Amino acid sequence: MLKDITLGQYFPGDSLAHRLDPRTKLILTVLYIVILFCATSFLSYGLVAALLVMGIKVSGVAPKALVRGLKPILFIICFTAVLNLFYTPGDELASFWIFTITKQGVATAFFMVLRITMLIMGTFLLTYTTSPIALTDGLEYLLGPLKKLKVPVHELAMIMSIALRFIPTLIEETDKIMSAQKARGADFESGSLLDRARALVPILVPLFISAFRRADELAVAMECRCYHGGEGRTKLHVLRYQARDYLVLLAYAAVLAAVLILGRFGL
Amino acid sequence: MTDIIKTEQLTFAYPPDEGKEPVQALQGVSLTIAQGSFVAVLGHNGSGKSTLAKHMNAVLLPRGGKVWVSGMDTSDEALLLEVRRRVGMVFQNPDNQIVANVVEEDVAFGPENLGVPTEEIQRRVAAALKAVGMEEFTLHAPHHLSGGQKQRIAIAGVIAMEPACIVMDESTAMLDPCGRREVLDTVKRLNREKGITIVLITHHMDEAAMADRVVVMDGGSVVMDGPPREILVRMEELRAIGLAAPHTVELLHGLREDGFAVPLDALGIQECAEAIVRAL
Amino acid sequence: MKPIIRVENLTHTYGANTPFCRSAVKNVSMEIMEGEFLGVIGHTGSGKSTLIQHLNGLLRPTSGSIYLGDRDIWADPKKIRDVRFRVGLVFQYPEYQLFEETVYKDIAFGPRNMGLDSKEIDRRVRSALAFAGLGEELLEKSPFDLSGGQKRRVAIAGVIAMEPEVLILDEPSAGLDPAGRRSMLENIRAYHRQKGTTVVMVSHSMDEVAENVERIVVLANAGTVMSGTPHEVFSRAQELLDVGLNVPQVTQVAMELKRQGVAVDPAVYTVEALRAQLAALKGGRA
Repeated sequence: MLKDITLGQYFPGDSLAHRLDPRTKLILTVLYIVILFCATSFLSYGLVAALLVMGIKVSGVAPKALVRGLKPILFIICFTAVLNLFYTPGDELASFWIFTITKQGVATAFFMVLRITMLIMGTFLLTYTTSPIALTDGLEYLLGPLKKLKVPVHELAMIMSIALRFIPTLIEETDKIMSAQKARGADFESGSLLDRARALVPILVPLFISAFRRADELAVAMECRCYHGGEGRTKLHVLRYQARDYLVLLAYAAVLAAVLILGRFGL
Repeated sequence: MTDIIKTEQLTFAYPPDEGKEPVQALQGVSLTIAQGSFVAVLGHNGSGKSTLAKHMNAVLLPRGGKVWVSGMDTSDEALLLEVRRRVGMVFQNPDNQIVANVVEEDVAFGPENLGVPTEEIQRRVAAALKAVGMEEFTLHAPHHLSGGQKQRIAIAGVIAMEPACIVMDESTAMLDPCGRREVLDTVKRLNREKGITIVLITHHMDEAAMADRVVVMDGGSVVMDGPPREILVRMEELRAIGLAAPHTVELLHGLREDGFAVPLDALGIQECAEAIVRAL
Repeated sequence: MKPIIRVENLTHTYGANTPFCRSAVKNVSMEIMEGEFLGVIGHTGSGKSTLIQHLNGLLRPTSGSIYLGDRDIWADPKKIRDVRFRVGLVFQYPEYQLFEETVYKDIAFGPRNMGLDSKEIDRRVRSALAFAGLGEELLEKSPFDLSGGQKRRVAIAGVIAMEPEVLILDEPSAGLDPAGRRSMLENIRAYHRQKGTTVVMVSHSMDEVAENVERIVVLANAGTVMSGTPHEVFSRAQELLDVGLNVPQVTQVAMELKRQGVAVDPAVYTVEALRAQLAALKGGRA
């Protein structure tokens, strides 16, 4: 069911992870990704994994929800694993027909899967614990300097937050349209690839029309509430760094340093 | 009493489809709405009632004639924000007017746009959510709420701008009876306790019965205007323009034909029953 | 009369094993008789949408079974599409599912999926259009150029064109104005009369159901709470009010009259019936 997709959803809460400044969390996520890509050994991966586990623990998000979030990209994960498994040259372990599995291949595939999984889980942790509005607020602040270069930062942030707001609505709507077309005998599960692509038309057309109608109505509703761009806007919540933000940032920087040093020694 | 909204010979036409005549949606509507009143605007789909509503806060601008909000001409660009702050709008589809992913952020959207200082926004959001009885949902995600609750959030979003008037543009049309009752109770209370003017656009007769005044539209003009007791009893006329009188009125009409001495304007259930008992 | 659809101990749980887990339908058993006009009433969240999506196999029961005729519809899951052709389901606000370039093509979508030949499809499209109360001049128009009410009728015609043995309509009159409502219901009544097939109408408007159907099933809190003729159901009006449903205005007036000592039947639900009772009472007294 489409409803099971948790991509980009926010689970309200009051944990430390929820209370951190969104800017901190954005920087942390970037740091986390950098650390993840610098990690080369079991030990350094272990460190990143520890970071992730700590993040999950602190956020109070159910690990199950994180795992469920992986479902939509399961295919990509498997694909990468298989590719790496068979196409990495090195010491041969086993071989059949044109495929050869090497020791290095197993190792690369393993680390690749680990890397993607941890990358996704880490970023999900960000969206699960940060309301989209806080997230876009954070982005708007962090990207603020770009305004000088005439980048429409406020508009981009607004577009993003509205897109996030409508994801659940549109998913629900897709479900509804699919059911309705199925009730008229539409078949999305069988036939050739072309047949299946064609079967999407009865879903996509109504979905697009409805999305445009919603956009139209939302625009009017926003104008009615005096929206006139970012100029002179104030905020319900003003972002302020707290001591905890600095502490967590410091901790992450330390882990990054550790991973880099470990890499230096080939560990 | 002063007037919050005044229209004078208001005309409007939507841009036509290719090769067709423009559709005249409003033809010379002159109407004044008193501060603090509760006005229901009735009419079938296409009667012009929604078009009229959209003129009340400058979503649409008149083709001909004028609209004033608290004496401000709505076609004056410089006054636009002030007009929209005074007259808030709640629309039909609850999903398409909620901007944010968290209830409090959504309610704050209006004041944020108006540049209200942060502490004042926080006070207003809390007060607005309390006024619609949704304070326990402050941190909820709106898409998990029921239709009636979403509309109450939309109302709170308007109240947070501290308006003088709320226009409900068919805001109950997509709700089930429970949701409708929730929303109607809310606006009734806002009208009574805070003196906010309510303009309720609807085609439900029972909703019109709770207003102080009923304006009936047909073909882009006002065809009836008066207290509910005078308007809702005109069964034949209402039917002729695609509306329906409440069943109580139909019953009383029928009983009169049968020789009962009953009044026609006993709209409420209790009142209607009492009138019948007296006539038996 | 024999049942055409039989629901046995149906339970449906959404999001099993998640924190959002809840049973939308719990242990429901009911029968839909061949050829009847049935009303299903319940407030939002009473489980009525979930229930009707089981009747044509869109949802699969968590436990319990659905019989169409005397076959369990899930006996052969590969054949579930045939069930959907035999039990036509019109969703709420069906106008939002239109997608074809012309009204004709959109109505033909169902029949085409059934694999019918073009002559039969043509016959069905025209017949369905007429039942939905639309004229043939619309057939070559784009459905997106029609009015809201017309769009809804096209969508309903799209389901009627499958010529299902059971037609289920979820809130067919939602959002229409009184005149639109009246003529929509007239069309549905006429369809039932002329076709003689089973019609199930889901609604939360008591007035609407009372005036149209032969039998009512009331749902509340994920289960059926009562079923019977409108008269039988409204004789338990207080229970309806207790589960958060309305009763028709006329019934409310009759209940109030009864309370004030007038000897009327409080389960009356049409203006004419109450009027006749009162006239008889007055005649008796005069």
